[in-house]
Amino acid sequence: MDNAKVNLRGKDVLALADFTKEEIQVILESAKEMKNIIHRDIKKVPALRGKSIVTLFYEPSTRTRSSFELAGKYLGADVVNITAGTSSIVKGESLRDTLYTVEAMGVDAIIMRHKAEGAAEYAAKVASPVIINAGDGAHAHPSQGLLNLFTVLEHKGHLEGLKYAILGDITHSRVARSDIQGMRKMGVEVHLAGPKTLMPRFLFEEEGIVVHDNVEDAIKDADVINVLRIQLERQKAGLFPSPREYARIYGLNDKRMALAKDDVLVLHPGPMNKGLEISPMVAYGDHSAIQEQVQNGVAVRMAILTHALTGGNKA
Amino acid sequence: MKTLIKGGRVIDPANNIDKIADVLIEDGKIAKVAANIKSAADEVVEADGKIVCPGLIDMHVHLREPGQEAKEDFASGTKAAAAGGYTTVATMPNTNPVVDTAALVRSLQKRAEEAAVVHVEIIGAVTKGQKGEEMAEMGDMTAAGAVAFSDDGHFTKSAKVLLNCYDYLRAFDKVIINHEEEPSLVDEGVMNESHRSAMLGMKGRPTVAEDIAVYRDIALAEYADARVHVAHISSARSVELVREAKKRGVKVTAEVTPQHLTMTDDMVELSDSSTKINPPLRQSKDVEAVLAGLKDGTIDCIVTDHSPHAQEEKDREYIYAPSGFPGLETAVGVLLTDLVDTGKLDIVTMISKMTAEPAKIFVLNAGSLGVGMPADVTVIDPELSWTVDEKKFYTKGSHSPFVGRTLKGKAIKTFVDGQLVMDNGEILEV
Repeated sequence: MDNAKVNLRGKDVLALADFTKEEIQVILESAKEMKNIIHRDIKKVPALRGKSIVTLFYEPSTRTRSSFELAGKYLGADVVNITAGTSSIVKGESLRDTLYTVEAMGVDAIIMRHKAEGAAEYAAKVASPVIINAGDGAHAHPSQGLLNLFTVLEHKGHLEGLKYAILGDITHSRVARSDIQGMRKMGVEVHLAGPKTLMPRFLFEEEGIVVHDNVEDAIKDADVINVLRIQLERQKAGLFPSPREYARIYGLNDKRMALAKDDVLVLHPGPMNKGLEISPMVAYGDHSAIQEQVQNGVAVRMAILTHALTGGNKA
Repeated sequence: MKTLIKGGRVIDPANNIDKIADVLIEDGKIAKVAANIKSAADEVVEADGKIVCPGLIDMHVHLREPGQEAKEDFASGTKAAAAGGYTTVATMPNTNPVVDTAALVRSLQKRAEEAAVVHVEIIGAVTKGQKGEEMAEMGDMTAAGAVAFSDDGHFTKSAKVLLNCYDYLRAFDKVIINHEEEPSLVDEGVMNESHRSAMLGMKGRPTVAEDIAVYRDIALAEYADARVHVAHISSARSVELVREAKKRGVKVTAEVTPQHLTMTDDMVELSDSSTKINPPLRQSKDVEAVLAGLKDGTIDCIVTDHSPHAQEEKDREYIYAPSGFPGLETAVGVLLTDLVDTGKLDIVTMISKMTAEPAKIFVLNAGSLGVGMPADVTVIDPELSWTVDEKKFYTKGSHSPFVGRTLKGKAIKTFVDGQLVMDNGEILEV
C-alpha cells in the first residue's frame, strides 16, 4: 500500500463511500498528529493560515459545528459561521444562491449541515469551494464515521477483523451509514440490531454486514458497540410502542454489556437519551469512549481540513 | 392541397399495414395508402428508408394550463409534442385551478385552438379539486368533450368515492385513469424503496404501495363492471395483477412510460433531480416485467407522462425538487434506441402502442391511416443519430435524465390534419 501517493487536495468530503481505504488511512494517520496539537498549551499551527472556511448549518448542531470551527481555528484558518435561522435563508434564498454568495466571498471550504439527503452532493455540483458534508439528512456524516474509526483504532491498535455492533435507529441515521461505509472499507465486520421498523428493509444485502433480530446477538463478542440516538418523535410516528419498551428490549445496559468482549468499547454520537438507548452506568462506565469521541472529532476534522485544503502537507 | 409521402415503410397497426408504400394526403385527410401512387401532388415528400406512421398519441401529458405557465403552456407543450412526432396529446387536470368543470374544459379547448400546434384532448378531474371527496361534474365535462377523467398525481383514498365514480361514469362510457400509489406508504418518499434508497438514506416509495392500489382499483372496477386505466404502471407485481384481471375479463387497460421501460433506481444520483418521478424508477426485474407486459398485451399503450417544471423548481436539493420531467421530445429516440435497436421490442408493436391502441381505448378519431381519417402523420428516421440537448427543447421544462445521451432514431416530420407542423426538428409557423 502506498499512502504517499494519496493526495486529497480539492476533494469534496461528501460520503465515505467516495473514499478508498488508503485515503481513509492517510486521514487517520494525520489525525494522530493533530491530536497532539490539541494537547499543546498553545493550540495553533499555521497549516491553514490564509485559508477561509464557512460553516453553513441548516440544522441545529452543537458538537459538529463547534468541532469544525475549532479545528479550522487551531490550524490558523479564518472561520465564519452561517446558520439558517439568522441568514437570508429565512428570506427564501435557494441553496444555489446561498452557495454562490459564500463562494463569491472567496472561501476555500464550505462545511455544510442540511436536513435534505443529497444536499451536499448538490452543493458540490453547484459550488467550486471544497464541500465538506457535516451531515445531510439520513444519508452521510463522513467526519463522524472517520472519528469513530479513529477512536476504535486508538483503542484497539488495528481495525481489520473487529466486530462492530450498531444499535438502534438505522433507518434515519447518517451516522450508521457512514459507519457502515467506513468500517467495511477498513475490513471491520458490522452487526446491526434495532426494531425492525427502524431497520431499512433492503440495506444489507452485502458481505460483512449482518442484521440481527435481537440486540443480544449483535453485541455478542463485539469489540465495539455504537449506540445510536433514538429520537422520541419516532415513537409518535408509530415506529415503536413506548420509550419504556424500547429501553427494555433495545437499550444498552450493564447486563447486555457482559455479552460483548471484556475490552469492549462503547460509542455514542450524542446527544444521548440516558435511560432510553443507553443506561447512565454504561454511558459513564469504564468502557465508554463517548467523551473521547468529542476530542477525537476535533483532531479528525483538523486532518480532513488539512488534506482537503492543502493536500496534507505537514501541519 | 395534396401531399404525397413516397416510398416509406408504412406502419399502420390499426389497419394491419407494414409495407413499403406511398401515403396520399388530400385536404387534410388520408386519401390513399398504396404502392406507387400516381398523383399530381402539390408537395412530394421522399420517405425512402423512413418510417411513415399515424401521428403519435400521448394520453398522459401535463401541459400545465391553467395556472402553471412557468412550467409549460399549450404553445410550448404542443410544440414539444410536434417535435417528438406526436399529433395528439391528452393533458392532465392537476392544474391551478384543477380542471373539474365543463367551463374549464371549454376554456382549455379554446386555448388549444389559439395556441396548440397539435390536437389537444382534455382530461377532467374525477373529484372536485382532485381532493378525492366529492364527484366532479363528469357528465357536464363529457358533454363539453372531455376525453377521460383522472385525479392523476393523487390516489383516490376513499374506495367508496372511487366506486361511486366508476358507477356514475358508466352512463357516459368514459374511462378513469388512476394514479396508483397508496399514499400512507409513499408519504415523503422520493425514490423506489430498495437497496439503493437504503444506502442513500432516502425515504422510499415501495412497489407494494403501487401493487395494493392497483389491486384495489381493479377489484372495484371488476365489482362495478366499470372501465379503469392504470396510469404509468411500474412494478412487476402490478403488471401481474393487470394480466390476471384481463384474463378474468375485467375492463382494465394500462400504460407505461419510456423511463419505466428503460431506467432503474441505480441511476438515481443525489446531485441531480432529473430521476425523481412518481411512481419512481424501479429495479431491473420491474423493468423486465413492464416490457414483457407491453409485449404480451397486458400493457396497452406507451405514454410519456411529460411533466415539465420550471428550471428553478427542479434545480435544488433532490428531495425538495418536484417529481417529473419533460418526455415528449425524447420518447421516440429512447424507445428506438433502448428497445427496438436492441431487439427487445419490435417497431410495429411500439407504434401500435402509440397510435392504434390508445385511439381504441379513448375512442379517438386518430391513430390510423385509414382512408378519410384526419391526416395526422409522423415520419420517423430510424437511423438518425442525435444527442439530447436541453437547449434545443421546445418544452419549458428542464432536467430530463436523457440529456447528453446520443440516441438513434427521431421523428423528422409531423403532419397535423395534413399540415406539416414540424420539419427536421423545427416547428413551422403556420
